[in-house]
Amino acid sequence: MTPGAAGPREKGAGRRLPDGWGVLVLPLVAFLLVVFVYPLGSVLARSVSDPAPGLGNYAAFFDSPVYLNVLVNTFVTAGLVTLVTLLLGFPYAYLMTLASPFWRGVLMAAVLVPFWTSLLVRTFAWVLLLRDTGVVNDVIGALGGQPVPLLRNLAGVLIGMVQVMLPFAVLPIYATMRGIDRRLLQAAEGLGARPAFAFWRIYAPLTVPGVAAATLLVFVSSLGFYVTPALLGGPRNVMIGELIVQQLSGVLRWGFASALAVILLLVTGATLLLAARVIDLRRLIGGGR
Amino acid sequence: MRPVRLALWALTALTALYLVLPVFIVIPMSFSDSAFLEFPPQGWSARWYENFFTDLAWLDSAIASLQIAVQVTVLSLVLGTAAALGMVRGRHPLRALISGLVMAPVLVPYVIVGLAVYAVFLEWGLTESVLGFVLVHTALAVPYVVITVSSALMSFDRRLEQAAMSLGAGPVATFARVTLPLIAPSLASGAVFAFVTSFDEVVTSVFLSGPDLTTLPVQMWSGVRVQIDPTVAAVSSMLLLVTLSLFAAAGLTRLVRRRKT
Repeated sequence: MTPGAAGPREKGAGRRLPDGWGVLVLPLVAFLLVVFVYPLGSVLARSVSDPAPGLGNYAAFFDSPVYLNVLVNTFVTAGLVTLVTLLLGFPYAYLMTLASPFWRGVLMAAVLVPFWTSLLVRTFAWVLLLRDTGVVNDVIGALGGQPVPLLRNLAGVLIGMVQVMLPFAVLPIYATMRGIDRRLLQAAEGLGARPAFAFWRIYAPLTVPGVAAATLLVFVSSLGFYVTPALLGGPRNVMIGELIVQQLSGVLRWGFASALAVILLLVTGATLLLAARVIDLRRLIGGGR
Repeated sequence: MRPVRLALWALTALTALYLVLPVFIVIPMSFSDSAFLEFPPQGWSARWYENFFTDLAWLDSAIASLQIAVQVTVLSLVLGTAAALGMVRGRHPLRALISGLVMAPVLVPYVIVGLAVYAVFLEWGLTESVLGFVLVHTALAVPYVVITVSSALMSFDRRLEQAAMSLGAGPVATFARVTLPLIAPSLASGAVFAFVTSFDEVVTSVFLSGPDLTTLPVQMWSGVRVQIDPTVAAVSSMLLLVTLSLFAAAGLTRLVRRRKT
């Protein structure tokens, strides 16, 4: 702290507090410029310069149906994950507001335990459960059914990703629902509305901020997923994150991998910018991990 | 109970089981004596735990992860607390830009961060080095520290500092004796966030790892990616135990604190 670096701010205080607080941001800003911004900038530069200057890498991407397919698949998967997560997360959060303190605690713990458990541990557990000789198929077999392929396909990716994303949906939705006055529902019913009608016309619209935050958080995070689809998905479920790694580890196409990263970044950024008009992003990060 | 309510409870109960149960399957399987980890195990043994504690590749990666996570915690606490003080109390131009920059590492997909940092660190000779991991993980962890500490500072009553200073304490003493103790709980939760972020980080670490330095998540990653190494089950069970005991500890402290008040 450098006392007196900036002018006095608080008039009337017996002594002036040390000021120049703003300077304290600089170490972190400098750190992030070197470790984060500069590397990202060099990705952008490499995408238009390696192997040859120009937009060749981007042209290669948009010319090839294989790569475009990966982009489409990324969107479809993220969309499906978001949909299923909301379908499960909304009633879950709603019930948390109705449950007794004890059961609310249990439900909250059920959300927080996976949240704090290592992603790899959880994904590994899914591999053990879903493989052809896994627990789920053993149970199906014991019940006399045919084994169902659940690993290396879309089902596996969805099962794994929804579990990872559910806490990110339940927490913001629950935070919003907790602030809603339930007497509004009683008022509506007192005025003659049926319970279901009152719920959809009075209660549901009030949950929109939480649902919007959850949708955005889940969708954007899903776009950039790598670990879960790589371990639970098959060759037909490649998402753009995995394609980036493939381009590097196998064939060392640095420029093309960089172009893919820029495309993913633009897609993510565009989604966030669109959403930032509606939602306070900082509150959203505070609610999630 | 109305049928709607009943269906709601059923769906929620299933969702809760779906969230929690799968992880625990790992524990009994880790004690299987077969390399195929069948369930329920035909025979029991602790050989995969033995494998972990006798295999240098596993041990070294665990030690490297701890070492990195501790350094990340310290570095992101220092950088993040300073930045939070600056952002909440200071006035600076480009305020929106700076808070955007500080939050950006959480929003950018980790694969992109990994690729970007890998390319640059290759030039700087920082791949497969503790410093390289610490730098990247700190960039990913620091937003959480900034968020938790900022929110504590926003509800901070600055008249307490003024009181201390009017009683003769210097700025440093005021900070150390008044400000720091009051924001200590959020520093602690920021520290936990930072530690866990680094200790669990897979994606960026996959890029930076190599024969010279591998972290525990990367070692586990390669033990699942191609062919399943049953040692992963033992490691997973131990990590799960750590998570659960932290949870129990947090629950107990909350309970004790509630009794006191």
